[in-house]
Amino acid sequence: MIVFENVDKWYGTYHALNNVNETIGKGEVVVICGPSGSGKSTLIRTVNRLEPIQKGRITIDGRDVNGADVNVNALRSGIGFVFQQFNLFPHLSVVRNVMLAPMRVHKVPEKTARETAMDLLDKVGLAHKADEFPPRLSGGQQQRVAIARALAMKPPVMLFDEPTSALDPELVGEVLNVMKQLASEGMTMLCVTHEMGFAREVADRVIFMDGGAVLERAAPEDFFQRPQHPRARKFVADIRH
Amino acid sequence: MQDIIAILRDYGLLLAIGQFPEGPIGGLALTLILALSGLLLSFPLSVLIGVGRISPNPAVARLAAAFVSVVRALPLLMLIFWAYFIVPLIIGQTVSGLTTVIVALVVYETAYLAEVVRAAILALPKGQVEASRSLGLSYVQTMKDIILPQALFNAIPSILNQFISLVKNTSVAYIISVDELTYAAYQVNAQLLTKPVEVYVILAATYFIICFSLNRLVKLVERRIHTSRQAPIAAEAAA
Amino acid sequence: MTLDFAAILTPQYTQWMLSGAMTSLALFASAWVLAFLTASLLVAIGSAPFRPAQFTVATFVEYHRNIPMLVQIFVWYFAMPQLLPDAWTTWINAHNSEFIFALIALFLNSAAYMSEDMRSGLRSLPREQMEAGRALGLSYLQTMRDVLLPQAIRAALPPLINQSLALFKATSLAMAIGVAEMTYASRQVENETYRTFETFAIASAFYVTLSFAIMALGAWVDRRNQKAAGH
Repeated sequence: MIVFENVDKWYGTYHALNNVNETIGKGEVVVICGPSGSGKSTLIRTVNRLEPIQKGRITIDGRDVNGADVNVNALRSGIGFVFQQFNLFPHLSVVRNVMLAPMRVHKVPEKTARETAMDLLDKVGLAHKADEFPPRLSGGQQQRVAIARALAMKPPVMLFDEPTSALDPELVGEVLNVMKQLASEGMTMLCVTHEMGFAREVADRVIFMDGGAVLERAAPEDFFQRPQHPRARKFVADIRH
Repeated sequence: MQDIIAILRDYGLLLAIGQFPEGPIGGLALTLILALSGLLLSFPLSVLIGVGRISPNPAVARLAAAFVSVVRALPLLMLIFWAYFIVPLIIGQTVSGLTTVIVALVVYETAYLAEVVRAAILALPKGQVEASRSLGLSYVQTMKDIILPQALFNAIPSILNQFISLVKNTSVAYIISVDELTYAAYQVNAQLLTKPVEVYVILAATYFIICFSLNRLVKLVERRIHTSRQAPIAAEAAA
Repeated sequence: MTLDFAAILTPQYTQWMLSGAMTSLALFASAWVLAFLTASLLVAIGSAPFRPAQFTVATFVEYHRNIPMLVQIFVWYFAMPQLLPDAWTTWINAHNSEFIFALIALFLNSAAYMSEDMRSGLRSLPREQMEAGRALGLSYLQTMRDVLLPQAIRAALPPLINQSLALFKATSLAMAIGVAEMTYASRQVENETYRTFETFAIASAFYVTLSFAIMALGAWVDRRNQKAAGH
């Protein structure tokens, strides 16, 4: 359902994405990994047009995301995006964070929006924090709220940009559990993460990137046990330590 | 000291409220009215210009930047003279000195406040815009619901500082004989002739008390806002 | 409205405007130099480990920050002559008293703001700098002059340039006591010719040109500082 065709991106003269061709099927969970600066974050940020591309095409269900007829706000409202730094809105309570987009973008009535938001907060185990303000939550709790916030728009696709990298080790598990649950419900997920355990347990496929190019794609078990490309081998060895 | 008390007894009311209620309001009351209306009228304009300064539309951004630079390059006095000349041309009738001063103060203050608004917006993490836009909120919705509520709250101390500078700037209205505090004191001095030291001590002390107290208030507010920001910092450290 | 710059560019009016511009520049330049020197002195006095000295400097700063510039000019022009010794007043009156009092008010005000800018620049320096200077055998004043002040000035340069812009614009207030600087001159020409737009356009061009030059200097310093900070 998400298709990258010959995608190239430059920052000035820096070649950030180098001829990426990839297809992510409906309901598939794909983990993207690679060293920092490899272009993995850039790649998922091109899907909802946080980053423009200079060459190639990205389609979702056949529609070109960069097409002239595409309303960028409508496009983005259908793609859940979870950030490394959570990016909750600190001036809004937790439940208001989750209610905002449905009310503003889909014009959902406040009462309905609140009910949906409470259901989602319950799902991520934070219904009891609904009226707290984000800065008072732990990092793990904030990230779970951020996932609920993205889910409130009922997106068919979720993108995760290193969702656990900013968390203390003991808080990583609670976020991964929510992600695993999503995967088991059949959500299409594209995740930039180094969590090997998560990749092994739920990913259908691992994509390894370096220097803006996809160097390897494999089943998780194969990738972590028998990486083929020399740089993939070095990467796997590095993250084991 | 006795002279000061005598002047305050004879002219205190004139310095405080002018001819009011028999005539137009003046003195200190008018100074505060000028400053307050200057702030209230320039605030919405400064939000527009401040947001315009960082607009993704380069034409809008350049226009807003040009406005801010030119206004900041001119002395307030020049703006008052320009307002005296231009406002009647625009509305087709002569205007009072009071209107002239308010227009000039609003234009002047808008430029400075716009920079305050801009700085406050730029100080927010970039992720706030990205998160909001990723949810499908438009640029305008993002500004209105996410960026401005946070930026303007953080900017409260700077906005109050601008109010203090406005209180001081209203004194320039003296030049076109608007009967605010400085002009009122000048007239009292002209009537007494022999007591300039006492009159100007009263004038300076009045401004000092107002601005000094406002400055203390700003410090208090700054601490309050700082404490309310402590929580997010603690949470980030924990993250 | 037809523009007619020729009407105000007669030899006499040109002379008035030029002389106004020169007066503005003279006022700005001399006030700036005096303000800078005074501010440095204030910082040195204020950072001495002696309470009354700190209190005096703080009072000086608060006085100038909380009273309008125009009122400070009036205090010097109308009130101070009563308090100064007669001989001084006589001398000042014989030497363009308006200019001198405006200059004093402007430079003292600017010195207050500049000293605050320098002080916060100084505070941003590690305390070890003073200890290092003293450990090398430099006196307190030598350490101040050769070690701390040069560094503090670099840190304080951006706000100092902003303050210079404020000072330049504040010179226009001197017209209130009859100093024939640019604003005063343009109003005079306007009164005689009724060529409001043309006169104010020329005066504004003068202010905008110099202000832009000061702002450009500020932008250049910001860029250099950013480069030095490695951004």
